[in-house]
Amino acid sequence: MEETRTIIIEPKTGWFDIDFHEIKQYKDLIFLFVKRNFVVQYKQTVLGPLWFILNPLLTTIMFTVVFGSIAGMSTDGVPQFAFYLCGTALWQYFATCLNQTSNTFTGNAHIFGKVYFPRITMPIATVIFSLINFAVVFVMSIITNLYYMWKGENIQPNWSILLLPILVLQIALLGLGFGIIISSLTTKYRDLAILVSFGVQLWMYATPVAYAKEQLSEKMRSIIMLNPVSPIICNFRYALLGCGTFETVYWGISAIVTVVVLIIGILLFNHVEKTFMDTV
Amino acid sequence: MSEIVISIEGLKKQYRLGAIGGGTLTADLQSWWARKRGKEDPNTKLGQDQGKIGERFWALNGIDLQVRQGEAVGIIGHNGAGKSTLLKVLSRVTAPTEGIIRMKGRISSMLEVGTGFHPELTGRENIFMNGAILGMSKREVASKIDQIIEFSECGQFIDTPVKRYSSGMYVKLAFAVAAHLDAEILVMDEVLAVGDLKFQKKCLGKMGDAANNEGKTVLYVSHNMSTIRQLCTRCIVLNHGQIIFDGDVEEAIKIYMEQDKGDLINFYDFTSVSRPSVDHGSVLFVDNFEFLDKEYPIYQNNEKIRFRITYHSKENIADLRLYYTVLFGDDTIAGTTQSKVFGKADKNERMQAEFAFDVSNFVPGRYYFYLDIFTMNEYGTHLSYDHPAQKIFFEIVDDGKIESIRWQRKYFGHIRLNELEILHR
Repeated sequence: MEETRTIIIEPKTGWFDIDFHEIKQYKDLIFLFVKRNFVVQYKQTVLGPLWFILNPLLTTIMFTVVFGSIAGMSTDGVPQFAFYLCGTALWQYFATCLNQTSNTFTGNAHIFGKVYFPRITMPIATVIFSLINFAVVFVMSIITNLYYMWKGENIQPNWSILLLPILVLQIALLGLGFGIIISSLTTKYRDLAILVSFGVQLWMYATPVAYAKEQLSEKMRSIIMLNPVSPIICNFRYALLGCGTFETVYWGISAIVTVVVLIIGILLFNHVEKTFMDTV
Repeated sequence: MSEIVISIEGLKKQYRLGAIGGGTLTADLQSWWARKRGKEDPNTKLGQDQGKIGERFWALNGIDLQVRQGEAVGIIGHNGAGKSTLLKVLSRVTAPTEGIIRMKGRISSMLEVGTGFHPELTGRENIFMNGAILGMSKREVASKIDQIIEFSECGQFIDTPVKRYSSGMYVKLAFAVAAHLDAEILVMDEVLAVGDLKFQKKCLGKMGDAANNEGKTVLYVSHNMSTIRQLCTRCIVLNHGQIIFDGDVEEAIKIYMEQDKGDLINFYDFTSVSRPSVDHGSVLFVDNFEFLDKEYPIYQNNEKIRFRITYHSKENIADLRLYYTVLFGDDTIAGTTQSKVFGKADKNERMQAEFAFDVSNFVPGRYYFYLDIFTMNEYGTHLSYDHPAQKIFFEIVDDGKIESIRWQRKYFGHIRLNELEILHR
């Protein structure tokens, strides 16, 4: 017989009483949420999971046409399509994490108001679900790269490819962190929800997704690289395509920002989850 | 005595009245900045009473309660008494403002069945989903899924998305999951008012089992006194966020019934009450009306309403009769009753008459009527002498002895017709 735990319900007290043990207990719930998201998103759609690919594919084609052909921007000698696809894949993972977790409280108020479970399971499930999505696009990107390499184009994957899991994890945590901060604040300030949807679009242009950082002026580049997403995307592209240079200092700064944002996010989320039903 | 599984000490929950904050970030920043500089808040609405804004309201005001293992505790109280807030705090949907609750064991709250059901998922998938939300592991659900499906009576449709379910099936499935959760403490908010009668009985049976045989602790909120009677071994009455009674179920129900009096008074003075026309009350005038033997006109089905009217007249009138139409609280008509000739009026003499009204057919609820005193000729044409435009209220409560399906007033009406006789089995 499992030892029965005593549950203590108290007014919200400190910022730091986070019950990690409980999250572990609910791990089945996280996976069920992931599965549910998957099933629900593609039920009764004609193309089904093909949409995983279609969305980034169309974005990449648009970038190739607009930035590559019309604007004629340089992609560091890498085939344009491979260059844009690589950046888009990672950026879209970040954007989905951020967008989807940012409405955790307001979007699930009807469930949260009726039953208790650790609220954090919801955003975690979202991030994992988006990871599957990303994995598919990532594989597509690798296949594209292999095709170009076979054709003898200038694509040089290198040692830093070993850092890919860390880069992906970092961008996921960054998206999660920002997402749960916003979701916590939107319980009181609904205007943030509107800000997010177009803010993320603007953010993309402040990130070297559709252009190479080498094209920027020295001053501009140092500003752009302070954006915590930028070095992650640049390093990701460097690892896969060998274009540009590996950013170490900016990546370090970005890592610190990630940790800080995540901690603030978790604390804020934990603080809000106890009473948000009264304000939402 | 068995172990204490729930212990609540000094529990309070506060809500703020009115709109909280500006709702937008800029408005809140403005207010904050103004306060910082000691200036007037630019977002205060003109004419708003400063004292009123952010006025605090205690939904729960100092609850102390201890529940032992295996007890089935009913929680009753009128709307706004704090029942739902108490359950919300217990099921951790919202945190208390003050006080502490200690609970031993897993708690399953059914504030609303079917929470977390996703319409696109099949019944089976939803069982797993709902189970997980309620805190079951995948393995646990898997080991019980056959029982759950059988209990839900939805076996045939279990692999169909629940969006195609009828609402009854939906609820049955949801209840089945919740009822099979291996929690030590069950918290329920009128979930039994679902499904058809047969299923309701099954649920009640299951809940009773949980408390009596499996040693589970049940907290049950309901307005339905007959289920409280069936299920609970102890009952608390809440009023304005405080426990005003804790103990025997029958006693608690009595206190609850008497609490809500509102319009229920036992004496009506008609001297200054208006009449629907100038003719009414010009000759014969009803002075007052009084319910006899009762402080409040609350009656059980097996009681008769006894009342007395006092009247006087400027002329002699023979053959006085009384009739009135009884309406339910929502102004729908229940029926009309009339008396035979009850007496006469002597000129300038104050007179009284007493009546008894059989209410055994009334469905529980609050009703009212207007008195009408009249005479009638041989053709049935009636002449109304007085009709005070004052609603006279009375309430019928269930004596718990009538065996009946759940009464759907909208379809069944306010009157229970005489029971069908069975001639031949």
